[in-house]
Amino acid sequence: MATSDNDNLLETPLADLHKELGARMVPFAGYSMPVQYPSGIIAEHTHTRESAGLFDVSHMGQAFLVGPDHETTAKALEKLVPSEIQGLKNGRQRYTVLLNEEGGIIDDLMVSRSVSADDDGRLFLVVNAARKDVDYEVIARNLPDNVRLEVIEDRALIALQGPKAAEVMAAHAPKAADLAFMGASSLEFDGIDCHVSRSGYTGEDGYEISVKAGAAEAIARALLADDRVKPIGLGARDSLRLESGLCLYGHDLDETTSPVEGAITFVLQKRRREAGDFPGANRILSELSGGTKRIRVGMKLEGRAPAREGAEIRNAKGETVGTVTSGGFAPTVGAPIAMGYVAPEFAKVGTDLVLVVRGRELPAKVVDMPFVEQRYYRKPKS
Amino acid sequence: MSTYYSEDHEWISVDGDVATVGITDYAQSQLGDVVFVELPEAGKNLSKGDEAAVVESVKAASEVYAPVDGEVVEANAALVDEPAKVNEDPQGAAWFIKIKLSNASQLEELMDEAAYKAYVDGL
Repeated sequence: MATSDNDNLLETPLADLHKELGARMVPFAGYSMPVQYPSGIIAEHTHTRESAGLFDVSHMGQAFLVGPDHETTAKALEKLVPSEIQGLKNGRQRYTVLLNEEGGIIDDLMVSRSVSADDDGRLFLVVNAARKDVDYEVIARNLPDNVRLEVIEDRALIALQGPKAAEVMAAHAPKAADLAFMGASSLEFDGIDCHVSRSGYTGEDGYEISVKAGAAEAIARALLADDRVKPIGLGARDSLRLESGLCLYGHDLDETTSPVEGAITFVLQKRRREAGDFPGANRILSELSGGTKRIRVGMKLEGRAPAREGAEIRNAKGETVGTVTSGGFAPTVGAPIAMGYVAPEFAKVGTDLVLVVRGRELPAKVVDMPFVEQRYYRKPKS
Repeated sequence: MSTYYSEDHEWISVDGDVATVGITDYAQSQLGDVVFVELPEAGKNLSKGDEAAVVESVKAASEVYAPVDGEVVEANAALVDEPAKVNEDPQGAAWFIKIKLSNASQLEELMDEAAYKAYVDGL
């Protein structure tokens, strides 16, 4: 990826397009990225929920884990993650976490297995931009001799998200319609070879399209030529994922938080729990049976003032019981919302809490997450 | 009535000894969608540079500093219910506070419209 003029920031293959679209570019994880376009964050957020939004997520890390066969490659990754990777089917994707020896989360990531049985033994990883170097070092250091990490530097990643994403995509890549949520395939988009998964991080139906850097702009322009699609920046990406109850690494998850504290125990599949054969298993299994000192919850504020990362959480008696890790105005909810960690006795839905902002106590209630219903596409059972 | 501008992107419109204070169009465009405004109570005494109000956009909270010394005589209650007005009409209906000036000579340290425009163009 190219380097921009200022501050040694990296640019994605869509940098010129962002500027042409009037994006406000900001530094993010070492990249110059669009935080918003002229229509603004709320309009972009709402457009994604109602129609379809195009996101440049090329800053994220893409890599292959390559071994002689699926079992060997999957076993190598399972040494670092608590999820069922051996049992992942061809063309299926899974959300998981890299764990340190203390059961803390090094990063959250997506893993998909090759579509074709002819090309098996290959897992495709998508990791957070800010964690690439850490992740790759940890993975590479722990691999057996017959499995290697191939970092992909020459591909862009474009997300198309929203209830109209599937209709829009069908005009360019008819095969994409065959995918269900967390399905992945290699297919052609207007004749361009892509790796497409039906996933994303907005809570909406949609796709992530991995493509050679040189072809990324052609795909983005083809999608933006459709009236139903608008470009969406990082600002709305953040408000969309927050409303969908999805964690942002470095804020809602870090190397001290376990999957149990982070309330993402769905990354622990049954076989792995029973075997206890992942880093930090002692801590994680004891937390599963005996509980934790803190747990991630969703909160809805009563007034209009937002509470942001770092705000203190108090109970009704005024005692400190936790900290906000993400928060802001939620355009679809129409109110400020937050996520944070609280002592388990305050995690029950309906619990009254107080969030402290600039010395003021803002009343809030623990609510179920997601704050906005997730609308992923799952195939009807036939 | 004369209007002055601060380097912190506030405008101050002076009528007699009362100044109406708000944020400029440039400021609102930089903030993006405003979702909350916190205003001081009437009667509060502000010194130049004190935090007078807080504007929250979707992205972040920003302080609005008092551009001059004075006592708050009125806050614009309409902004509490309709913070988006700050984006729509920042230099009109979406004024923040009215201050009774206690040191009118401070106005001379502020910019006029032409100077402010040149200042913004240079950013």
